[in-house]
Amino acid sequence: MKIIVAIKQVPERDAPVRIAANHKSIDEADLNWAMNEPDAYALEEALQLKEKNGGEVIVLSAGPERVGSTIREALAKGADRAIHVIADDLGLRDALGVAKLLAEAIKPENPDLVLTGLQSEDLGLGQTGVIVAELLGLPHSTLILQVEKTDAGIKVKRELEEGWFQHIELHLPAVLTIQSGGNKLRYATLMGIKRAKMKEVRAVNAADLGQAAVPVLTLEQISLPSKQKSTQILPGSAKEAAAALVEKLKFEARVL
Amino acid sequence: MSVLLVLEVRGGKITRTSWEAAAAAQKLAGGGGVTAVIIGAQTEALAAEAAGRGFAAVVRLEHPLLGQYTADGYVAALQQLIEKERPAYIVFPHTYQVRDFAPALATRIGQVLIGDVIAIGEGPTFTRQLMQGRLNGSFKPAGSGPCFVSVQAGAFRADAVTSGAPAAITTFTPTLDASQIRTKPSEPFRGSAQTVDLGSAQLIVSVGRGIREAENLPLIENLAAALGAEIAASRPICDNGWLPMERQVGSSGQSVAPKLYLAVGISGAIQHLVGMKASQCIVAINKDPDAPIFEVADYGIVGDLFEVVPALTEAVKAAK
Repeated sequence: MKIIVAIKQVPERDAPVRIAANHKSIDEADLNWAMNEPDAYALEEALQLKEKNGGEVIVLSAGPERVGSTIREALAKGADRAIHVIADDLGLRDALGVAKLLAEAIKPENPDLVLTGLQSEDLGLGQTGVIVAELLGLPHSTLILQVEKTDAGIKVKRELEEGWFQHIELHLPAVLTIQSGGNKLRYATLMGIKRAKMKEVRAVNAADLGQAAVPVLTLEQISLPSKQKSTQILPGSAKEAAAALVEKLKFEARVL
Repeated sequence: MSVLLVLEVRGGKITRTSWEAAAAAQKLAGGGGVTAVIIGAQTEALAAEAAGRGFAAVVRLEHPLLGQYTADGYVAALQQLIEKERPAYIVFPHTYQVRDFAPALATRIGQVLIGDVIAIGEGPTFTRQLMQGRLNGSFKPAGSGPCFVSVQAGAFRADAVTSGAPAAITTFTPTLDASQIRTKPSEPFRGSAQTVDLGSAQLIVSVGRGIREAENLPLIENLAAALGAEIAASRPICDNGWLPMERQVGSSGQSVAPKLYLAVGISGAIQHLVGMKASQCIVAINKDPDAPIFEVADYGIVGDLFEVVPALTEAVKAAK
């Protein structure tokens, strides 16, 4: 099975986020970057499918130079090779604009399966995989926890809301978006990190993919959310704050 | 403005989030009418229910192949209806099902879904959350075609939907062929039997990523024991297998509304907040003062949970 995993580099989870001066993006100075966690689960599913059924795992990521570190991490975990769509204008593209780049990069590879995380931790659009499927003319399924190879194609376990699930059968090729928690994530081994340095990373310029950024949707402004409640922050040392909280819960909120 | 509202049906009923989306649709319509769409193989009774809710019209988008949800069936059917009705806006509740098909539908029409919208402003502009709820972004469509919008659960009030004279009901039968439907879904099933009913718990101590390692969980267990509370968790804790899935609170787990919800080391991504924000009293303990959990908390302690939680456990014991 030839599997392409689309991964995104996002700001590290606990990174302090500041709004840039133009109020249209976040300030990238001093930010640390990491692999989008749902994409890490997609990569894990791909690696396990390869271990069971053989084949090849190719990681695909779009973004500027810095994305290279996340690509190396994926290779260190066991992906065979990578495609880096070098694009500095992702912030100006809407979900369709980004998906067009990924779809163009995927086409010549003719994969059996395309996997990606169900959403990103930064923009949280949750659409890229579905749009890529539509652009490639492939069937898709979303929020997938398990993938099993069958004679006819694959059988997947899809998460529904409120603790319900559903099995879905699809022919290949197909596109799946992976929900977190279906597998245990692996760490890169020292040997993996060493090997990753030898693996092929093919760079493709976004401009050469012929998909100009003409957004149908523009981000007008980024702002801080307004508070829904007025939170009483209890100051002082841990001990003082804890004592004050118990007082409040007993005599003000009366829930203890 | 003509607005098409796509209602969602689960378990034979129109969902509550559909009525919330209806409020958003009516806001977009201004004084104009909203056409509500009900999709399925047999939609007569549900269409009759929708007709009493103040819509300008109700369309039954009906075909035997729409009896069970598939993305392919819904996309093909709605595409045909949109081409006929030519609405300015198409509004959905933001659900797992909508996430599965609406981005493909918008793509087919050369548009992009504005998903998980929490507010609609002048223009209109659409506000959605970024960076796990730490920031808001306002988005504007370029206006090159119909605008697709899905609305976050709880963002609009279902009871804001005006009622009115019964709407005219029409039926639209799309051209669909079984060969167009490329996925074969089976019947939905419940996950493993629930042995923990968080829904009836009065006090809940809930733990998130801030706990760092499974080895640190006794800290939380001690606090819960001192309070006599149930233990719950955000998704990553259950994903890691540190606590069973049935203790997960949020959109993919249980929804709870206890007297006291004490969130420890939980940043407060929207997927978690939807499952607990109806709690009577919310307490957040987090080292990050900008964590979104503080937006819904009544009381907060900004600090290191490894210091605060043991202190709180002692304070609770002392108060008893």
